[in-house]
Amino acid sequence: MTDRNTFRLMLLILGVVFAFLYIPISVLVGLSFNEGGLPTAWTGFSVKWYGALLENSDILKAAGNTLIVAVFSTILSTILGTLLAVGVEIRRRNGKWLETIIFAPMIIPDIVLAIALLSMFSLLNVKMGLHTITVSHVVFNLAFVCAVVRARLKSFDWSIVEASADLGATTFVTLYRVVIPVLMPAIVAGGLLAFTLSVDEFIIAFFTAGAGRSSITLPMQIFAMIRFGVTPEINALATLVISVSVVALALSQRLNKEGLPGQ
Amino acid sequence: MTTDRRPLLLMTPALLWLTALMVIPCALILVLAFFRRGVYGGIEYTWTLENIALVFDPLYFRIFLKSAGIAGLSACIACVLGYAAAYAIAAMPRRRQPMLLFFAVLPFWSNYLVRTYAWIVLLNREGLIVNIARWLGYQGELPSMLYTEQAVIIGLVYNYLPFVILACYAPLSRMNAEVTEVSRDLGASAWTTFRRVTLPMTVPGIATGFVFVFVLSIGNFVTPALLGGGQFQMIGNLVYAQFITANDWPFGAALSMVLILIMLGLLMGQAVVADRAAGGKGRADD
Repeated sequence: MTDRNTFRLMLLILGVVFAFLYIPISVLVGLSFNEGGLPTAWTGFSVKWYGALLENSDILKAAGNTLIVAVFSTILSTILGTLLAVGVEIRRRNGKWLETIIFAPMIIPDIVLAIALLSMFSLLNVKMGLHTITVSHVVFNLAFVCAVVRARLKSFDWSIVEASADLGATTFVTLYRVVIPVLMPAIVAGGLLAFTLSVDEFIIAFFTAGAGRSSITLPMQIFAMIRFGVTPEINALATLVISVSVVALALSQRLNKEGLPGQ
Repeated sequence: MTTDRRPLLLMTPALLWLTALMVIPCALILVLAFFRRGVYGGIEYTWTLENIALVFDPLYFRIFLKSAGIAGLSACIACVLGYAAAYAIAAMPRRRQPMLLFFAVLPFWSNYLVRTYAWIVLLNREGLIVNIARWLGYQGELPSMLYTEQAVIIGLVYNYLPFVILACYAPLSRMNAEVTEVSRDLGASAWTTFRRVTLPMTVPGIATGFVFVFVLSIGNFVTPALLGGGQFQMIGNLVYAQFITANDWPFGAALSMVLILIMLGLLMGQAVVADRAAGGKGRADD
């Protein structure tokens, strides 16, 4: 095979894989703007299905709940995750156990963590609701924030910390006035990542929300709607949800270039 | 000496959080698995091995095997597609690679439910694929594509493919172009070079991708519930049923425990593969 043919084959592979990845989502987004709402025929461009969402009180309530959970779990996990990252990187030599515990929340299957948390909350007679979803989301969110901040700390110049100490700053002042400002882009990037993960998370929320509809989140609402079949409203809602993740992720990547895969 | 304690102080809040809301709950599951189920669904605090034995009852063990089969097939397909894509990305001009990789991974960060739902839109009886077939002139009755095992596999491959691409790209991009050139100069064909040089050097990436897809697929509960319909169960659904509908928590815990053990075993196996590859590379560098 000549090099030129190899290159063509590579382009073909890329074309096929990207088509596989993007056609399903594109169809969904396209249909959400279809006036008739059916996949059978294109009857014209319309945003009326987005308007319908605004009149659906269930969806608005669920979106509000999701926002509450995401904001609080993001704030908590950003603080905890950043402190953890700084502590871990100052220590440098960390045992295997410690590394495993920090890494585990990112790979533990959601269903396992979800039922484990449900069991514990039930046995302790904790009343479940938005607060239990929030504290549960912090578990995996803080691990992701920690990973993003640690990546930035790898190229951190520790001599500025020494300089700060030599100039008489206390540990707290050094952390607050020197370390945190330098890390800020990574902290914000980690926070945005945590926010999207929390907005999208379904299984843990589903198990730790407790009975009743009062603490239903947007993914739980979407899951309930999907089970009844395909509707134009879900298409519109799905498009909005994708847009939020994509925008947050793009912002996060921009802020934290070092985190960009392959660079 | 005093400086040694400060990092621990910074780490304490997060570590306490993880202990209280991850380590202890998971340990609880391990303990629950050995308790007896109460008459009215509660938990009776007497030790028993019945739950563990029930997991290996043919009725339930069959579901384990089936889940493992579906997860294994999904992981294989994802690895073939993902490796090909990663290889192709690594063959593109260097400055284009970060962008291509970004777009390959982007779908991974959008909502899992939405990505799965997209396949319902495509595969359902009035869905796009059926419509295209009709438009092309196909008159007959089309077999149902949604709510089948194939639909579940497509969904799993679709959802986890970006991760495999990422895992395979890492070792491929690190590979030195000179190594393959040497192989070609020494007379090996492109195929032989790939099989004897490139592939062995990138096995750790494939192993990582495979284990990840397998682990996430075998315990999956959303994809079988949505794309499989009520047609069949995977372990994730079985666990869900024990906790939510059947109210048999000890058995649910026993199922989860076996699930956790399978996953731990695989992850350790993957770590061994990665370690061995790192060791081999170290010697080659000397």
